[in-house]
Amino acid sequence: MSFNSFSEFLSMGGHGLYVWLSYALGLIVILANLVLPLQAGKRLKQSLARRIHREAKRS
Amino acid sequence: MAKAEKKWLPRWFYQLASPRWCYQICGKLLPGFSLVTLVLLLGGTLWALLFAPADYQQGNSFRIIYLHVPSAILAQSCYMLMAVAGAIGLIWKMKVADMVAKSCAPIGASLAVLALLTGAIWGKPTWGSWWVWDARLTSMLILFFLYLGVMALNSAIESESTAAQSTAVLALVGLVNIPIIKYSVEWWNTLHQPATFKLTEKPAMPAEMWMPLLVMVIGFYTFFAVALMLRLRNEILRRERRSGWVKELLLVK
Repeated sequence: MSFNSFSEFLSMGGHGLYVWLSYALGLIVILANLVLPLQAGKRLKQSLARRIHREAKRS
Repeated sequence: MAKAEKKWLPRWFYQLASPRWCYQICGKLLPGFSLVTLVLLLGGTLWALLFAPADYQQGNSFRIIYLHVPSAILAQSCYMLMAVAGAIGLIWKMKVADMVAKSCAPIGASLAVLALLTGAIWGKPTWGSWWVWDARLTSMLILFFLYLGVMALNSAIESESTAAQSTAVLALVGLVNIPIIKYSVEWWNTLHQPATFKLTEKPAMPAEMWMPLLVMVIGFYTFFAVALMLRLRNEILRRERRSGWVKELLLVK
């Protein structure tokens, strides 16, 4: 452990703002890269399935 | 003649060319890669934030390296993959390669943004400035613009095969930027520190510092694989929507 207390961990020796801002951005970028394609895939599958059903009815 | 040519490359290369096979193999690989990514990134972050020692000059702001270096490495690796996939698509007319190239662009752009932003945040306490027009920073910014250019060009062209061809050419031309990024810290006077990992030398920092960094780099690679496979599967479904196997797949649900 490099820190003796939780408040010391949060302040990061006065660099807390920089460190936590960076890690928050990292989390956002990583999550966005997973959540966005998952949502897009769900929407795509729904719309494709609707179209296939429509075409099946017509024929 | 055609037969002799076919034996030239391994079997999996031709299997990769099949969108259906690619969709299925990605589906099989995704759970394992996701698990490994979760373990590596979570473990690496805890190691980086809690256990790695502070730098004797930079103090704790040094911990930004554990995001900055992996995202910068991946932004470049992703670009190389995008260009190589584009080239394969151009040469062998392989549809899956075009889809890989297209799926790479948004992921690479987001990683380039992360590298630039964490770099700016790290630069403030270390150099006293958010941004300097330095060779490394500028070439990295150009990488980000190249990604944007590839994405814009791809969405601007209606025909999918023409879009893939033109973006492949743009990506290949932009490939010249990759060695510039790599050697920018050696060719020009720069504030930026040299590479942490080199293939031929031991890292200059102690093992307690670079080991979590290595974990994070590997974790970012597996994360990239997951993000790419997710996008690739969507792209395959979208492009192959008229083929029988996609209809079958979607009707089952």
